Order: sequence, then C-alpha cells, then structure tokens
Amino acid sequence: MSTALPLYAQLINLFAAVILLLAFAMLAQRRVLLLIDLFALQGFTLFLSTLVVAVKTGQHHLYWSAGLTLLLKVLLLPWILHRLVRKLQIKGEVEPLINIPTTMLVGIGLVIIAFNVALPISQLSHTITRGTLGIALAVVMLAFLMMITRKKAITQVVGFLSMENGLFLAATSATYGMPMVVELGIALDVLVGAIILGVFFFQIRDQFDSLDIHHMERLKDN
Amino acid sequence: MLDMFVVMLAIPLVSGALLTVFGERAWAPNLNIIASGGTFLAAALLTVEIVTHGPRFAFGEQFFIDSLNIFFVTLTAFVGLTTSIFSGPYMKNEAAHGRLTIPRLRLYKSMYQLFMFTMLTALTTNNLGILWVAMEAATLTTVLLVSLYRTPASLEAAWKYFILCGVGIAQALFGTILLYFAAERVLGETGNALLWTYLVNAKAFLDPNIMALSFIFLLVGYGTKVGLAPLHNWLPDAHAEGPTPVSAVLSGLLLNVALYAILRCKVLADGAIDGNFAGNLMMGFGLFTLLLAAFFLSRQKDVKRMFAYSSIEHMGLITFAFGMGGAVANFAGLLHMTMHSLTKSAIFFAVGHATQKTGTQMMEDIRGLIRINPLIGWGLMLGTLAILGMPPFGVFASEFMILTHAMKYHPWATPVLLLALGVAFAAIFGKVQPMVFGETEAKRLPHAPAITPVFLHLAIVLMLGLYIPPYLTRWFQEAARMLG
Repeated sequence: MSTALPLYAQLINLFAAVILLLAFAMLAQRRVLLLIDLFALQGFTLFLSTLVVAVKTGQHHLYWSAGLTLLLKVLLLPWILHRLVRKLQIKGEVEPLINIPTTMLVGIGLVIIAFNVALPISQLSHTITRGTLGIALAVVMLAFLMMITRKKAITQVVGFLSMENGLFLAATSATYGMPMVVELGIALDVLVGAIILGVFFFQIRDQFDSLDIHHMERLKDN
Repeated sequence: MLDMFVVMLAIPLVSGALLTVFGERAWAPNLNIIASGGTFLAAALLTVEIVTHGPRFAFGEQFFIDSLNIFFVTLTAFVGLTTSIFSGPYMKNEAAHGRLTIPRLRLYKSMYQLFMFTMLTALTTNNLGILWVAMEAATLTTVLLVSLYRTPASLEAAWKYFILCGVGIAQALFGTILLYFAAERVLGETGNALLWTYLVNAKAFLDPNIMALSFIFLLVGYGTKVGLAPLHNWLPDAHAEGPTPVSAVLSGLLLNVALYAILRCKVLADGAIDGNFAGNLMMGFGLFTLLLAAFFLSRQKDVKRMFAYSSIEHMGLITFAFGMGGAVANFAGLLHMTMHSLTKSAIFFAVGHATQKTGTQMMEDIRGLIRINPLIGWGLMLGTLAILGMPPFGVFASEFMILTHAMKYHPWATPVLLLALGVAFAAIFGKVQPMVFGETEAKRLPHAPAITPVFLHLAIVLMLGLYIPPYLTRWFQEAARMLG
C-alpha cells in the first residue's frame, strides 16, 4: 500500500481502527452503563465510516444505512438498554468469568487470527477500504469473546449487538453495503430482537431475581 | 387470477396479525387451524402449478419457486396444518392444567402463524440476504414460544436458544457478506448479486478462495440452526422445555429449512470450488454430529430431550448424505428429510399427549401408555419403530439408500454410520418399550387428544416406505438433480 492514500481512505481506515479500539475498550470495561455508552460510541463511529463511504461512492442506499445505524445503534438501542439497566436495577459491576488482562491477551490473539484469515481476501478486493475486512472480522471475534466471558445477560446482549456492528463494518467496507432490502431486513431483525430481549429480561428477573446467567445452568446432560 | 404464491404467504401473515389482536376469543384456535389449512391448500395449488408449468418468479425476481423448494414448501405447510390440529386440544389441556394463561395462548397462536410465514419466506426467497433475514426472524418468533411456560428451566432454554442461534446466524451473515463480496466482482454492484438465480449462472466465475471461506461461515452459521455439533446445545433444551407443538415444528420444519439454506449455498460453492470441498465439510460435520448424538441418546432421562437428540442424529445423517452428493445420495437425503419431518412430528404429537396424561416428561415415570390410551401407546411405538428405520416404514428406505451409497463410494464411513445407528436403536427402543407396555395408573384429560395427525403422518411414512408414487419420484429426482 502506498503512503499517499487519499483522504477518504485514510478516514475510513481511521474509523475502522477506532471501532477495533472500542471493541477492546468494551472488553476491558467493568461498568454496565459505561459499556452501553461505549457501544453507542462504536455505533457512532460506524455511522461516520458508513457516511464517508456513502459520500465517496455516491450510493444512495448507503445514506439510508448510515441513517439507520445512527437511529438504531446510537440512539434507540443504547436508550433501551439504559432504561433496562435502571428499571431492573442491575448492579453497576459486571463480573467477568476470566480476569480482564487474560481476556485482553486472548483478544490480541484473536485479532491476529482474524487478520490472517482476511488477508488473502483483502488482496482481492478492489474497493479502497479493503484493509477494513480484517478489522471487521476481529471486531466480530472480540464481541464473541465478550459474550462467552461475561456472566450478566445484559453484557451478553451488548456483545451480540457489537458483533452486529462488526458484521455491518464488513458489509460496508468490503462491499460498499448490501442491497437495500437486505439492510432494511437486518435492521428490522436487530430491532425486534432487542425488543424481545427487553421482554425477556423482565421474565428472567421475575424468575431468578437477578440477571446473572450463573443461575441458568440447570439444563445439562447428566 | 389469484396468485397462489401471494395467498400462501399472505394467509399466515394476516392471520398472525389477527391472532395478535383477537387471540383471546373463543374462535381463535379454530382460526389457527383454518389459516394453516388455507396455507396448505394454497401451497398444494402452487405445487400443481409448478409441476405443470415449471419454475417461476414472484415479486419481480425476489422470490423464486422451483422443484427443489416447492417440495419443502408443501412439506412445511402440511406439517404446519397437522401441528395446528394437534395443538388445539393440547393447548386447551395445558390451560386446564393451569400451566398456561389465556394471554400466553394468544401469544402462542400469533407467533405460530408468524413462524410459518418466516419459514415459507425463507424457502421461497430468491435473495440470499432475505433468506438470512427470514431465518433470523424464525428464531425471534420461536424464542418467546420456548419460554412460554415461564419456568426457570424454560427461560434458560430460551436464553440459550436466542444467544446460540444469534451467534450462529451472525456467522451466516458474515458468510452471506463474503458471498456478496465474491458475487459483486462478477455480477457488478447491482441488486442482483445476492439473487440465487443470477448466482447459479455465474457460479463458475466466483472466486474460489472467498467462496470457500464464505461456505465455512454459512455452514457453521446455518448449521447451528440445523443442530450440527458442536453448536447443537440449544436444540435439546429448546425441545424439552418448550410446549410440544413447538418441539414438533422445530424438529419437523425449522431444522429442514436451515438445511435447505445450506443446500442452496452448497450448489454455489460446488460451482466455484474445484473438488468436493463443500461436500467433504458436510460429510465431516454430519458424521461427527451423528456419532455424538447417538452416544448422548442413551444418557437422556427426559423423553422430549431424547427425541430432540434423535433429531440431531438424523440431521447429521442427512447432512452426511448431501455431503456425498450425486443423484442417489441427494435423492436419499431429500427422502430422509421428508420421512424425518413426518415421523418426528408424529412422535412429538404422541409424546405430547403421553406427557399430558402422566404429568411428567421423565421417562422412568411414564409407564403403560398402551393401557391409558391404546392409540397414543401404539402411535408412540410405531413412530419409534419408524424413526429407528424399521421396515416397512419410509425411513428404512432412505437410510438403506444412504448406507449402500456410503458403502460404495465412502466405505470408511460405513462402520461409523452403522455404529451410530445401532447405538441409537438400542438407546431409544430400550427406553420407549417400557413406556408403552409397563404398568400404570391412568387419569383422564379434560379435552380428548387429537390422534388423527399422529396416524396420518405415520400412514404417509408407511405408504412411502412401501410405494413411492411415480410423480413423487420424478419430483424428488428433479430436486436431487438441481443439487448436483
């Protein structure tokens, strides 16, 4: 890659890097409310990067996806999650199953794997933003790591949504966005999923008096 | 003229919305059955149309119906109808036992119809992105059904279902993105790059590296919903803790539709990649799943859990069959999918009534079904024999075809297949036999159970084991040929 990258390409790479950094920050974050804020920030960065791609390529549907990202992932979902945390009076701390430094080390390993997997594909890409495919895959894997190392149901959900951010980054960076109808469908699914989860949280809390998924380990093959 | 395809999709969507509003009325269960019947009728008419006039598009090119998916559509609509008939008295009994309230019955009925809508959309869409959306929507409609009883165990099962399938489906989305990425280089940045009919024409030009990676993600992703190991953990929990009609449609329909998604992608991967890359992957996953499930079967104490593991086992076998590829193996795979759908849902119907009668799902506490209700007892026994591959039932025919084909082309796999099938036979038969013939004290249910669906399914399975009508054979062959 030459040193004189055009400005928009640099911007997109910058935003992708920020998204990856935020994924690490989320992995290290112990407080639930701050975790949600970080998720909103990640969504906002994603919105900016989609916007840059949209301006550069002039594809109309990318403006729509950028708008959807802003609406759903920066405003609506964080708001719903904040409300849930307050309504359900979840304790501030999230207790990880593995201590945070170890998780971070595993995370770094995952990033290296992700970059290696994405390398041969990125080389084929003709889009300016091809380097971001590896980052997108890394974000997906880090979110996955967060889901399996955290005990609270709500952190698992934030992990799930963050994974969706990573996928969205892959869609915009590698392919300049999926067809409009698909993006709308995905957004709808995410929204309905979040609402169902909200309903679900209340059910879980009513049954277990807690949102700690540690209580949910009864179903086993013995 | 009325487009049967539109009717077929509109009925479950509209009735789902109606049941959300009016689901607490006395006539709501009947509406559920009538809607399912209407869907089945429309699907049958659509089938006739496709068989006589050949494949067609709908809504521009967004939907596509050919001999492969029309076969799944008919099966889905049929099992949807019989399950709705079964669930009428079943859910009334659950309500009479105080396990369910009226609002939850409303939730059940509306979600049932919406689930049917998502299944039929997933089957008929031409757009692989919409396929993904419909599969995800299918999870969303069923997750609240799994937790319908609101017991701690059912909530845990639903949570596991949501998270595992969510992660799985996210992998599938990544696979779809990669597929689009590969396709866009060939088909250009138009909206057509995710349309299967376009992709299948351009499949030889798709980049093999990207397609290989894409297929891995798609197989793991949709494979989670098929119940392929190692991401099968949600399946036994969801089947055991959800209401029995939900177990029946999960096993009978959802697993099939997820496998259908993999098959569509396999056709593309096969075209792009030299050698049998996709097939080998599927054979490996299938065999591993089959073996794992067979050994877990003997450890089960809960009857619905055991039959859920049996579903995983059969899905493993079917995946293996499609992995072998070729006209015979694909034919056998399609036949086995049909047989498994019909038989397994019949078993769940019988098990549902049996657990209601005895008030428990623990197999050691269920005894003497043959005395409580001979029809349920015989239904369960015959269903079990059918699913275990006893002749003359249809499962025998398809399993026999898969086995002989494996012996001929992949002899290394034969011992594994035989071992797994043998272990599964011993485990299931040994447990069902005392349930049916043991000693018991019986009690009556307030609403007479619906026995017809059980025997209707078993009769079809028996018939197809003895005689497959020529038009059905042609149809299967056509579909098998499409899979390559």
